[in-house]
Formats: sequence, C-alpha cells, structure tokens
Amino acid sequence: MSYEEKGTWVYLVTSAGAYAVYLAIVLGRVLSTPVAEVSYISVLLWTTGASIVASIAGRVLVETARPSDSHRSDVRDKEISRFGEHASRWFVVAGAGAALCMAMARWDYFWIANVLYLGFVLWAVAGSVLKLVAYRRGL
Amino acid sequence: MSKPTRITNSIRTLRFAHDEMTQAQLAQRIGVTRQTIIAIEQGRYSPSLEMAFQIAQVFKVPLDEVFQYPDGEAGP
Repeated sequence: MSYEEKGTWVYLVTSAGAYAVYLAIVLGRVLSTPVAEVSYISVLLWTTGASIVASIAGRVLVETARPSDSHRSDVRDKEISRFGEHASRWFVVAGAGAALCMAMARWDYFWIANVLYLGFVLWAVAGSVLKLVAYRRGL
Repeated sequence: MSKPTRITNSIRTLRFAHDEMTQAQLAQRIGVTRQTIIAIEQGRYSPSLEMAFQIAQVFKVPLDEVFQYPDGEAGP
C-alpha cells in the first residue's frame, strides 16, 4: 500500500470518526434542549480540530508501524486524488445549496451550520472511498 | 468510474529478461512508486504516453514490445 493510499485510509477513518463523535454529542443535547438553544459550535470546532490532529498522528503511527518505500506522491496518486475530489464535489455543492435555501427561508443557524458540516463530511468520506476503490480496482 | 484498461503489457517478462529487475528498481528509474508499477503490470492503471515511453526506454525496446492493445477494439 502506497504512502498516499495509507493517508487516504487515515483521513477516511478520522473524518468519519470525528463526525460520529459530533453527532453523538449534539444529538444527545437535541433530545433534552430546544434546537435553537443547543450548544453545538464548540463541539463542531473541537471535533474538527481533533480530526486534523488525529489525522496527522494517525499518519505518523501508520508509517511507524508499516513504513512506505517512498513518501512522494506520483502521477497515479495525483490522478486518483483528482478523480476522488472531482467526483465527490457534489456533496459540497448540495450542502451549500441546501444552506442557501435554508438561510433564505430563515431557518435556525443550527440547521444551516449542520447541513454545511454534513456536506463537508460527506465530501471527505465519499472522496476517500472513491480514491480507495480507484487504488484497489483501477482508474 | 472508468473501466479497467484493455491495454496489456509485457513489463513482468521484460523485467526478468533484464537481470531480474525488481519493481522497485523500475519504479525508481521512471520516478514513480512501486505500487504504480504493480498497478500497471496488473492492468489496473494505464500509464500516460510519456510514462509508457520511459518504460520502453528503460528496457531499450520499442513501445509495442512493452504495451499491446487487442485488435478490433479501437473506437471510430
């Protein structure tokens, strides 16, 4: 497995894991508090920050356990990266479009922030999955 | 996603004919990762024309001795 493929696995796990933690905390609060009063900003920022730190730490750990031949990305890595990001960009577009409609309809900030966050998470997860499929099955 | 390539290649045979060159050695000669050579050999990745020529140059053979395309598969 190449350095970039291992990095894609780490990114997938940390992105999905951070969002799962965020959902667990915020959904717990939604059950006991009106949505307009739910405190989600600090959780969103902390889980986003934690996923970045975990991604860096995870990459170091994986390389320590199973060192790669090279840490350089080559033309195939770049093509796969472009393919994954291009194919999954629609999640960001859909999230932004949904947030725009919700803002025009004067929805609560909670929903607008969360639909944007969901769009970014789906973009990250779908992009990573597509890249991993391309690494395994071909491009 | 695009379907796997129809291009076949003789890289594995050529490597063995050239002092049992390893995938890592070939990868180093053309500036890619060993995983990319593995993917090309297994038909999971079509290299660019430039990379194809680089591979042929390493083995000092014409391009069509390294890569082959089945007859009658070309588009209009």
